[in-house]
Parts: sequence; structure tokens; C-alpha cells
Amino acid sequence: MTKMRDAVVELRATGDFTALQEAIPYTRFMGITAKIVDGDVLGTMRYSEHLVGNALAQKLHGGTLGALLESTAIFKLLWHGETNAVPKTINITVEYLRGADSEDTLARAEFTRHGRRVANVRVFAWQRDPERPVAVATAHFLLVPD
Amino acid sequence: MSDSFLPQKDEIKRRLEGRYVGAVPHNRALDLRVVDYRPEHLSLCLPYRDDLVGNPETGVLHGGCITSLIDATCGGAVIMSLTAPRRIATLDLRIDYVRPALPGQEVICDAHCYKITRHVAFVRAIAHHGDDVSPIASASGTFVVFRETEKGES
Repeated sequence: MTKMRDAVVELRATGDFTALQEAIPYTRFMGITAKIVDGDVLGTMRYSEHLVGNALAQKLHGGTLGALLESTAIFKLLWHGETNAVPKTINITVEYLRGADSEDTLARAEFTRHGRRVANVRVFAWQRDPERPVAVATAHFLLVPD
Repeated sequence: MSDSFLPQKDEIKRRLEGRYVGAVPHNRALDLRVVDYRPEHLSLCLPYRDDLVGNPETGVLHGGCITSLIDATCGGAVIMSLTAPRRIATLDLRIDYVRPALPGQEVICDAHCYKITRHVAFVRAIAHHGDDVSPIASASGTFVVFRETEKGES
């Protein structure tokens, strides 16, 4: 019950996401992790065969990219946020720009607007070259209880 | 009332499951099931699993696996609209979470490909817990449809 809140408190104190990503079953299942690089949250989805959507072309499933983008946005909100409550996704639009190969995928999030109740977050995912994103997302998060 | 079409429908469902789930590693990893199908429509089900939970405080599934369910169902609805086999790719997908999902319950996605042009398909979908009048999520997506003669990028 308090595992999640403790993990968020630990993250804020140390900048270490280990306890948080361990507390969330789905990110463990997906191999999604985060760390602070150059003062910003860098999300990573480690390649695994079960993330593939097109077995013939060996491309990642679109849903897995959505999951990495949404998770990275939430990790960044938790790192920056003022409350320990988990932000609730109001909506997310994922745009798929090119096929994602069978390899690790990275992501970074930017706050377009961080209000008291709602945050608008833009997230980018790429593989080898950050200048060639494989998918981007815009998402709104509710930061207070509904 | 006996329905001689039922065994046939089960057989088709089994084949669709092979195509949408068996042949797609991530759909298989999520254990997606075919609930129903008809031309332009597909319904898939995501069974509840503890390892897909996004918030251990509430036990609610992570949005990511719901995104995967909706993407898979919408893509399948496009394939249910095609008159010839074509490769498709998601261009974009918007999901509105209209109410919180409940812990311990499977999620069903109903997708309808309401318009398909030469190169683009438009899909609407909802995700719910079995009662489609009170959805958890409402979604819309667009897909590019590749023509046989084209190679590479659309």
C-alpha cells in the first residue's frame, strides 16, 4: 500500500528510480526503467522478444511505444511533482513516425504546461538517433484527486 | 434454436486468434482473446493480470497495456475492412480515459473501422468492462494502408 509512496519519496530524495520501477508490476513486465541523465529523466525500454508486434519485419508493437511514452511522462511528473499521488492519465495521443526496430528504445519528456491540477506533457521516443524519433506523444495528466 | 453457423463462427474466431494473437508476440504476451468480429468490426479482450498493474495501491491496470489492447483491436478492425491482404501501420492513436478501470476485471475493446480510403483507414474504439454503455476509454486512430505495388515508406 505505502510501497508506491515510499518509492516516490525515495526517488525525490535520491534521484534513483529503482524502488519505483520495482513497485510497478507493469514496468517490470515491460522492461521499462528510468534514470536521471544530464539533470533530466531518461526512460528506457529494454528490447525483449515479447515486445514485438510484427514478427516478420521484427518491429516493436505500437502499444509498447505508447507504454514507454506514457511511463516516461509519469516518471518525470513523479520526479518533479509536489504531491506523492500518482498522476492520472486524462488522455494520450501517440503519433507513430517510423517503424521501431528490435532494440532498446529511449524516451524523454517535456512539460508544455505544468499547472496545479493538470499537466500537458510532450514525450519523444527514439532508438539510435534522438533526431529521428520513432514515436511522439502528447498527454494530459490530472495531478489532484478527481 | 440451433444455429448451424455457430461451429463455423468458432472456427473463424480460432483462426482470427491465430492471426491477431498467435502471430503477434506482444498480443500473445498480453494473452489477448478474440471476443467477436464482423466486417469492419473487431472486439478483443485483455484478461486481468497482476503483472500488468500500473498502480499497486489501486490494483488498476497500467494505461500502457490498454494502449496495446486498443492499438491491436483498431488494427484488426482495419484488416476486417480490407478486401485484399494489405500491410497496415498505425499513424496515430488518441485515447481518452473517461473513467478509472476497475481492479481484477478484464478489459474489452470494441473497434470499428468506419471509413477506409485508398491509403488511409479511420477507426473509433471504446474499452469497457463488459458494459459498452459505460466505457473506461474512448479512442480514435488512423492507419496507413500500404498498396501491393509500393515498397518501403508510404
